[in-house]
Amino acid sequence: MKVLVLISNVPDTTTKIRFTEDNTAFDSSGVQWIINPWDELALTRAVELKEAGAIEKVSVANVGGKITEPTLRKALAIGADDAFRVDAEPLDAFFVAGQLTEVAKDYDIVLAGIEASDYNGSAVGGMLAELLDFNSVSAVSGLNIEGGELVINREIDGGSQVLSCAAPVVLIVQKGIAKEPRIPAMRGIMMARKKPLNVIPAMDGSNKIKFVNYEMPPPKAACKLVDEDNAKELIAMLHEEAKVL
Amino acid sequence: MSVLVYTENWDGKFKKLSFELVSYASAIAKELGTNVTALSIGNVDDDELTKLGGFGATKILNVADDRFTSLDNKALSKAVANAAQAEGAKVVILAHNNLGKALAPRLAVKLDAGLVSGVTALPSGFDPFIVQKKTFTGKAFANAQIDADVKVLTFSQNSYKLAETDNNATIESFDAGVSDADFSTRVKETNKVTGTVLLTDAEIVVSGGRGMKGSENWGGLEELAELLGAGLACSRPVSDEGWRGHSEHVGQTGKIIAPNLYFAFGISGAIQHLGGVSSSKVIVAINKDPEAPIFESADYGIVGDVFKVLPQFIEGVKEL
Repeated sequence: MKVLVLISNVPDTTTKIRFTEDNTAFDSSGVQWIINPWDELALTRAVELKEAGAIEKVSVANVGGKITEPTLRKALAIGADDAFRVDAEPLDAFFVAGQLTEVAKDYDIVLAGIEASDYNGSAVGGMLAELLDFNSVSAVSGLNIEGGELVINREIDGGSQVLSCAAPVVLIVQKGIAKEPRIPAMRGIMMARKKPLNVIPAMDGSNKIKFVNYEMPPPKAACKLVDEDNAKELIAMLHEEAKVL
Repeated sequence: MSVLVYTENWDGKFKKLSFELVSYASAIAKELGTNVTALSIGNVDDDELTKLGGFGATKILNVADDRFTSLDNKALSKAVANAAQAEGAKVVILAHNNLGKALAPRLAVKLDAGLVSGVTALPSGFDPFIVQKKTFTGKAFANAQIDADVKVLTFSQNSYKLAETDNNATIESFDAGVSDADFSTRVKETNKVTGTVLLTDAEIVVSGGRGMKGSENWGGLEELAELLGAGLACSRPVSDEGWRGHSEHVGQTGKIIAPNLYFAFGISGAIQHLGGVSSSKVIVAINKDPEAPIFESADYGIVGDVFKVLPQFIEGVKEL
């Protein structure tokens, strides 16, 4: 079985978010780019499964400009065998999913993080599944392959399930799929330089949504402080003033 | 033309979220001069279905089909798409929860629609259609314009008030047009958490961080949560240390929650934690460090010892 992990290139999660051009564009100056945290967990699990002999190959893919290549190299250093970069600006989730169909169609399992930490779309994996007529399972928090069968843990509201699903399938994964993201070792970083990073020309495609502009959340009023010895007073304030108790 | 809203049920019952969705859909339908059709899939009795009418749905399509209990993405998204097409829906609304997030992307492709996920307000315009959503995990909002005839939205819980009406809805049985071959997953085992309040559902959440110093100190938090009917949560270091289960971790990489009231005990408020809780209506922070960033996001705070404050809170709540 072959696994493809979709990699989103996102600002480091500690980035202070700023916008430019009248709040119509994200200000990427000085931003450190990382592998989207959920994609990193997905990749970690894929590499673990390969090391355990459960799958043969792990690839990674991304849609983006040359700026995303360091992120793909990092994925190779973590343990992916090869990488694909579709050379296009990611316009929206539908456009990105469309661009990924050519790469993804020959894989048995496609792993995608439950959302990207930048635009929080939760959409590319599901759209890709529909475009390719693959099965899909969301909120996946565990994946094992037992005798060629995919055994999947997934979170549902109010609990969890164990289920099986035939390949080809897109699994949209979340926390739990791997314990901790794997940190590339020096040997991995050296080897990554020699692994193939294939650049694929963009296909025709269009977007269905666009971000017109951005807003920052309204500033919060100052925190009302209560003395440690009068903590009961705060409960009364929540009851009478804030009316949330 | 209509607005279609998919109202998920939990063991045959709707939750506040379902009614919030219908209220939100009704406000959009009013702007568009059309009606709201609610789609219910699973075994829900007529008394329960009728409740959706009370929030503005004029028609309820009822798919009473046991096969859907497996929550199969392919089959369910096909069922919702068939309902949307039968109703000529121009706007389709789902919850921004596990199931809604799973179905919406497949549905959008099937309907050749534009998808905006995690919407937080009514559209600010209809021609062009512009709606606000959270981005950068709550650190900013984006106004998204949909350039497609059909719009699919997933709605963030607690973003719209309930609006009751004295409207009555008609209930129609609907054939979802899904065959056995559309079900691709096989559920082997289901584990339901019972007896505790669901975190993502809770109106009040009591949360502990590293400042709680160890799993043995959670008794006070549990007592307070039980008194308040609150959900229990924790910060990432707490779940990483194994003091509490991962299912309680709230934050950017854990669960994203938006309760009315969030208590943060001994949580410093790293930016990743705030990403998961910043949509809470009121945040109360208790921390011994006056410089802790949580106080910048909190509405109420106590600079002090969590172990001195907790018993007073418990006493205060008992006296309410």
